[in-house]
Amino acid sequence: MKRFATRTGVFQLAGEAQGQALVFSQALSFWGGIDAGTGDIIDHSHPGLGLNVAGKVLVMPSGRGSSSSSSVLAEAIRCGTAPAGIIIERLDPILAVGAIVAEFLYAIRIPLVVCDIAGIVSGDPISIRSNGAGQAVVTLPAA
Amino acid sequence: MALELDARDQSMLDGEHGAAVAAAMKILVAFADAVGAQRLLDISSAHIDGCLYHGKAGLDFVERLVEGGGRVAVPTTLNVGSFDLIHPGMVKMPAGDEAPARRLMKAHIELGCQATFTCAPYQTRFRPRFGEQIAWGESNAIVFANSVIGARTNRYGDFIDLCCAMTGRAPAWGLHLSENRRGRILFELADALEPSDSVFVGVGLVVGHKSGDRVPVIAGLPQPRDEDQLKAFGAAAATTGAVALFHAVGITPEAATLDEAFHGLPPEQTIHISRADIAGALASLSSVPDGAPLSAVSLGTPHFSHEEWLRLLPMLREIAPAGNIPIYVNTGRATLQRLQDEGALAGMEAFGLTPVADTCTYVTAILGRLEGVVMTNSGKWAHYAPGNIGVSVAFGDMEDCIRSAAAGHVVRGRL
Repeated sequence: MKRFATRTGVFQLAGEAQGQALVFSQALSFWGGIDAGTGDIIDHSHPGLGLNVAGKVLVMPSGRGSSSSSSVLAEAIRCGTAPAGIIIERLDPILAVGAIVAEFLYAIRIPLVVCDIAGIVSGDPISIRSNGAGQAVVTLPAA
Repeated sequence: MALELDARDQSMLDGEHGAAVAAAMKILVAFADAVGAQRLLDISSAHIDGCLYHGKAGLDFVERLVEGGGRVAVPTTLNVGSFDLIHPGMVKMPAGDEAPARRLMKAHIELGCQATFTCAPYQTRFRPRFGEQIAWGESNAIVFANSVIGARTNRYGDFIDLCCAMTGRAPAWGLHLSENRRGRILFELADALEPSDSVFVGVGLVVGHKSGDRVPVIAGLPQPRDEDQLKAFGAAAATTGAVALFHAVGITPEAATLDEAFHGLPPEQTIHISRADIAGALASLSSVPDGAPLSAVSLGTPHFSHEEWLRLLPMLREIAPAGNIPIYVNTGRATLQRLQDEGALAGMEAFGLTPVADTCTYVTAILGRLEGVVMTNSGKWAHYAPGNIGVSVAFGDMEDCIRSAAAGHVVRGRL
């Protein structure tokens, strides 16, 4: 029987998601880093170059770079190429704005969670849900 | 501590001011939470960097605000768009993008924004005053407002600048608050420098590159001839770095003395800038040697001021380029109108002068020939144009640019 571990986090934008983890130790800027039409990572200086974020749970320390990342995230959500959810270690106003605007426009909500990302491995099945008290519960395979 | 909303904020959030304001307040609250603000504050103006068409989501957002009956709550200027609405036919754009890009500019006007379409709103009648709280987008406008005027804004951008405009509110954090406007890193100019345009660009490039997220203080900067040199400095610093505020000791309004700039505290780091550092930074802007054949000149990034025009026009008459090399000059439509009212531009097209309003030659397809070298006096243009529109660039001061247009190849005097 599979075993799972949970950790709690803070919702920057509440919601539910599940998908395979795509984990980066280096922040990825959506602007200049992701093709909103495909979800492909296009930043030549990023280790994820060539991978695709669509439907994944994107896990990284933080967002990065220009405020134009808000637009790119919103556009990716519109196009269906965005991650299913995003887990970061530090609050990120730029990603929060992109996700909130997309929810406002398209009624598609991707959760944005701030929590410890240590030990999460790419390919892990991850789920994000609410504990009913407004906190995020992230479920991942037990170590 | 969590964000506290006042009664009016709450009423906006609750929809009492309409659907568009409610949406703007909801997004603003989420943003304020994310940056850790404890309250919102009133702003007196906004500048929106949302008129360049980057995709449907940006347009959908503005359309929803229009449909929701939205109007901006404070005087709001607009940054450049993808089109020169004053000179139809100037911009060459794929047919599928043209309609939404035009609509994006128009939809902002329907929200009550002013049709300024300039990256230099500080040159318009909407220029803020010292100490005013504002919410501005566009990196050069932000650094100019904070540093040269002493107004107070953070680096606002996508969606949030418009949410501030719709609500008249901004999160009370960052550079809105006095304590965060303190200088953190000191740049000392080792050599006595002449106040040439290039010096201001070069020092700006170095300061931007080395400041990180710390407010830089520059000591030893020569007294500028005019605020256009500080505009060029700030634009360069906001190009190579994330500088939103600088203090130039003895020059900018919050830095009468070194002590004032640092709020009486010591700098966290001191960096010396030499003449060689400046020359190196400027050299990095040019990808071609002197003598390279020229296809165009581009001036006015950020938008050319009236004063800059009054320096350029006599220079054009004196050097009298033959007109076969276009000299594009990006400028605000109000500045252009003023020049036309003054009759200042009569006959100037014979020298190749091609004014561009509402947009800029490095963000959209204006340049007729991209295969050659374009010369510019802008550190910002030189930095972004190769990536944006695929040109080779030579940097030089305004007079070098005009002499090069006359010679047909890159000619440069001193740095």
